Amino acid sequence: MNPVTPLYVSIAATVASILLILVVLELIRSRRLRERYALLWLATGVVLLVLSVWRGGLNTIAGWVGVTGYPPAVLFAVATLFILAVLLHYSTVISKLADQNVILAQRLALLEQRVRPEREPRER
Amino acid sequence: MPDRRIAIVPARNEEEAVARVVEELRAFDSGLDVVVIDDGSEDQTAARAAAAGAAVVSLPFNLGIGGAVQTGFKYALANGYDTVIRLDGDGQHDPQQIPNLLAPLERGEADVVVGSRFAEGGGDYKAPFARRAGIRWFAQLVSLLTRQKLTDTTSGFQAVNARAIRLFAADYPHDYPEVEAVVMVVRHRLRILEVPAQMRGRETGRSSITLLRSLYYAIKVTLALLVGIFRRRVVPLEEL
Repeated sequence: MNPVTPLYVSIAATVASILLILVVLELIRSRRLRERYALLWLATGVVLLVLSVWRGGLNTIAGWVGVTGYPPAVLFAVATLFILAVLLHYSTVISKLADQNVILAQRLALLEQRVRPEREPRER
Repeated sequence: MPDRRIAIVPARNEEEAVARVVEELRAFDSGLDVVVIDDGSEDQTAARAAAAGAAVVSLPFNLGIGGAVQTGFKYALANGYDTVIRLDGDGQHDPQQIPNLLAPLERGEADVVVGSRFAEGGGDYKAPFARRAGIRWFAQLVSLLTRQKLTDTTSGFQAVNARAIRLFAADYPHDYPEVEAVVMVVRHRLRILEVPAQMRGRETGRSSITLLRSLYYAIKVTLALLVGIFRRRVVPLEEL
């Protein structure tokens, strides 16, 4: 039989998850975070919250994946996976922005050349 | 109607060399249009090029060689040119050799012609060991991927016809673009051909490549190549 997650660990993890969710919601409310990018963070917070509150569930899942010593380790693993997903998602967003940036710079330069071809390049 | 030709010259901080490159091109063929892509230079590159008689497209910030060259192809496409000659802004490519590059295009034997330092009859090119090893590695890898013997996949001395201009205006790789471009060209069923070319040593400035960076680029471009062959076509074949 698996040891049960210590109560204090569950409480601390619950508080942390709720805080994460609240911060994300506040960032959306104040328009500092687009909903599109907030969704993964919210999903992270909700999953962590569920696993923190539902202690029996955490123990069961720990049993499935063979974590016998310390069930909260599963909490760390899940959190890590979600953070990796968020980071990978950001890398794709950055790549897309970089590509769009190149296209914009090229269009701007070509337009500038058409509008005032004889002019000296703008001073820096 | 005669061919409309343009020379694309990417240049970054080449104020010492760029005017001479433009003048040499004009002296070689006064009917040849020249566009200098000023890739975010901090010096007088754009002004010197314009004074020498080139059209100048100034990028608002540095995009790197791939983004700069692609700007040139976009310019050529938008202005209805059907042949592009590409050479570097540092003066290492000799305009006298342009006819060698154009000949296969005119005979309809290729869509892209590359001036190779290593093809038979090419110049004796002296480069540091690491650079030569890199060039060699890519030549072999690209030859394998394209099933065609290529000796110099990093040469920026090229002539390109209208079909390849359309392709490159739509999509062109980043840093070390020439290597990946070869694979792109072959994947779009365009024909590539090497002709021997001699290159001059750099007259001013220094190569943008250092040892650690070469390694980084070598790994990065290798990744791009291997993934690139599984990429879908950017321009459908029937539109080329």
